[in-house]
Amino acid sequence: MKYNTREEGGYTVIELDGEVDLSCSPEARKQILQCLDGKNSLLVDLSGVSYIDSSGVASLVEGYQAAKKHSLKFGLIGVSTAAMGVLQLARLDKVFPIHSSVEARLQADN
Amino acid sequence: MQPPLEAEILFELRLPARPERLTLVRAVVQRAAETAGCGPELSQKLVIAVNEACMNVIQHAYKGDGSGQFTLEARKHRQQLIFRLTDHAAPVDLDQIRPRDLDEIRPGGLGVHFIREIMDDLRMGHLPGGSGNFLEMIKNIE
Repeated sequence: MKYNTREEGGYTVIELDGEVDLSCSPEARKQILQCLDGKNSLLVDLSGVSYIDSSGVASLVEGYQAAKKHSLKFGLIGVSTAAMGVLQLARLDKVFPIHSSVEARLQADN
Repeated sequence: MQPPLEAEILFELRLPARPERLTLVRAVVQRAAETAGCGPELSQKLVIAVNEACMNVIQHAYKGDGSGQFTLEARKHRQQLIFRLTDHAAPVDLDQIRPRDLDEIRPGGLGVHFIREIMDDLRMGHLPGGSGNFLEMIKNIE
């Protein structure tokens, strides 16, 4: 798994690439929670995710809960087909705010 | 209970119970499913379920210490794929292996749910003499 972060539209966007599985989900979790600790609303870009397991999904859930606790916004953008399949299995596709892009999320915010 | 003797062996792997090995497991399961005639969507679901089961062995049976080994076998019998996972950790409490209510939004407990959603039948138990645990996951394929 690779990741990088950027600032866009008032959000921190963390882009995860590759396979987010048990071997690297602790790093994904750490990055997600660190971004939120920085007091920025967070979008997680999953467009480059080829595989995500339940531990990866758990990291997203922790981010969602941490954002809520700190009154920050959280969402997913560009969710890959592989990632969406797993989110649907977990019934989280209706829980996380999901948009195709940062622009789409910003439009929805307004 | 062992799979039927006339079942065709697709693969047998013995692996250290370490998370880094899961990428290998997924690759092998993907190819085995395709070899058995599964389409891309079904193959991907089988990868998800078997990956989650292996994760449970790594995290819970061996408590994540990386010291143990597990065996993963795949067999085809008629129109069924049978995945059998065996570990040599202490016997787990089988009553604890149950999916949770998904209406509750929390990080853990998704793996068992994924396995039960995807597979058609599960059999689990302890190995003789308390020497470990097994899990069999069965999928009916067209």
